[in-house]
Amino acid sequence: MRILVIEDDPVLANGLSVGLRLAGFSPEALGCLADARAALAADDGTFGAVVLDIGLPDGEGTALLAQMRDAGDRRPVLLLSARDRVADRIAGLDLGADDYLGKPFDLDELAARLRALLRRNEGRARPFLEWNGLIARLDTMTGEYRGTPVKFSPREFALLHHLMERPGAIRSKAELEERLYGWNEEVESNTVEVHVHKLRAKLGAAFIETVRGMGYRLAAESTVGGAG
Amino acid sequence: MSIRLRLILTLTLATLAVWLSAVVWIEHSTRAQVEQVLDSRLAEAARMVSSLLSDHRIALTYPGALIPADEHDGYLRHLSCQIWSEAGVLVGQSSGAPEGPLTEVPVEGYSTSVIEGEDWRVFTVVNADLGLRIMVGDSIAVREGLVFDVICGLLLPAAVILPLLVVALWIGVSRGLRPLDRLTEALRLRSPLDMSPLPLAPAPPELRPVHQALDGLFARVRQARAHERDFTAFAAHELKTPLAGLKTQAQIARRAPDEATRQAALAEIEASVARSDRLVRQLLDLSALESGEAAPQAVALEAILGEVQHDLAPLAAKQGVALAVAGGEAARLPLPRVLLYTLLRNVAENAILASPAGSAVRLAARCAPGCCVIEVRDQGPGIPEAIRARVTERFLRGPGAPVGGSGLGLAIAAAAAERLGAGLDFPPCGPEGGQVVRLVLPRPG
Repeated sequence: MRILVIEDDPVLANGLSVGLRLAGFSPEALGCLADARAALAADDGTFGAVVLDIGLPDGEGTALLAQMRDAGDRRPVLLLSARDRVADRIAGLDLGADDYLGKPFDLDELAARLRALLRRNEGRARPFLEWNGLIARLDTMTGEYRGTPVKFSPREFALLHHLMERPGAIRSKAELEERLYGWNEEVESNTVEVHVHKLRAKLGAAFIETVRGMGYRLAAESTVGGAG
Repeated sequence: MSIRLRLILTLTLATLAVWLSAVVWIEHSTRAQVEQVLDSRLAEAARMVSSLLSDHRIALTYPGALIPADEHDGYLRHLSCQIWSEAGVLVGQSSGAPEGPLTEVPVEGYSTSVIEGEDWRVFTVVNADLGLRIMVGDSIAVREGLVFDVICGLLLPAAVILPLLVVALWIGVSRGLRPLDRLTEALRLRSPLDMSPLPLAPAPPELRPVHQALDGLFARVRQARAHERDFTAFAAHELKTPLAGLKTQAQIARRAPDEATRQAALAEIEASVARSDRLVRQLLDLSALESGEAAPQAVALEAILGEVQHDLAPLAAKQGVALAVAGGEAARLPLPRVLLYTLLRNVAENAILASPAGSAVRLAARCAPGCCVIEVRDQGPGIPEAIRARVTERFLRGPGAPVGGSGLGLAIAAAAAERLGAGLDFPPCGPEGGQVVRLVLPRPG
């Protein structure tokens, strides 16, 4: 899931990028309001949530939040702030924020809150994705396939997560590559193929379909071994 | 000496002095009056005796009691009369009159004599028809007694009234000073945190300026405290962001799936600690600037510039910026060294952080008889016009501010310049770009 992170402190921005990636998200970190506005304007809805710092060099993050809400943008926004008195939290939430975390915060808590926000936003009741007999747990980044536990590497899980968000939708190779950027390893031209191959090895070759010339998608539920 | 004691002493002594001068004046005038009245009585009595003798209303029968002894008390008892013939024979005298003549002065008029060791005032009438001299006299001691009685009449009530007056003064002064006591008590019972205005008790006009001055002081202290509180809160917030960065990076380092991620996180932690260290140093600088006392000493400008260059060399090397220093050779300025160092270091540090790699920052000093001008010139983007006027505000960071700045550097420089009595300005960037920070130090002599 792509997350827009707006934080001006370089160390924290880097920490959020890496940390959220380790937690299975695909974050993109920006340092000021102007960049964030441009990214949100150019974005076609792929950012699932926004992590927004309040004190930014070119203004208050709450201004962007108000702007988003005025424009009818209902994406979850989690405010980060050093100002974390109760009054600050109330003001932030009343401005339309979905959650509020005071600095310094725990990376796991931030990830859990983001998962909760996304779950609520997507209307899911349970903290996992389910498709075709595979249960993917977002918190532990592990799975259970037809009653057997399955382990995934962070990159494998990132790809799987993206595919499972909209099963049946075709995800292009470029889109999937984007999910893998930001890891310290280079993204080679065949990285996506390598990880899809590994996933197929764990879940069966038919679980992920290749749509020639377009990308990948999850196979329809009926085609893989029925309801298990 | 307490106000109460001083007031009571002053008032008592002043009252006493007024009273005593009144006594002296009354004594003088009473004495003059008494002398005048009694003198004219002497003359009257002598003339009366003389005319009675002339009219033969009284006869001189034998030398002795011409005028019968008057048994009344008081002054008249002491009035003595003698009648002498021209031959010097005493023809008559009042009872109680001395044996010898009242006066040796033969002519008519007043005279003073000493008889049997006593001072007498005598009036003599010469009755030429009868060939007699009539002398009437009284004792001066009696006159003094009269005056003394009058003075005693004045002093006795004073002796009774004066203690009462002191008591009345004590009560009056105490009541008058009660608002002061109330103020003292109100201040004594005040908690050190209570900076509210004094209660509006009815204060006499003399105390109102004190009330106003105290309320003004409380307001200023309140303001300073609020300022300090804001600053502390702001500083705490500023420290929370790097702490959040450290915490996330530490968590990443602990659970990194690979060595490269761990090393990257550790490097971020190191950088963040260095920046937090700088922020804390700046906060300490600022608080030292605000509270500390710095004694002026003769400061060699060149040495300070060299010190700044030396201390910032690691930062400049890391940023890839050349730091050059020029001028200031002979100038010695009488000022607190630490202030000038803090100022120059922060301005230069800011310039280095704002400079692109490969550019230069120059510190140049020029001294004229009246002042020294130190310029810090960089080749960075310059201060944006929008924030030029507010650039010395604390925690203000411009849109293009260098990464990791605290927004305190120029605030510290401005505070130090203010304490140095120096001018610090940020002229707009010229066509060649870059920012100049100009410091004008006064140079006495």
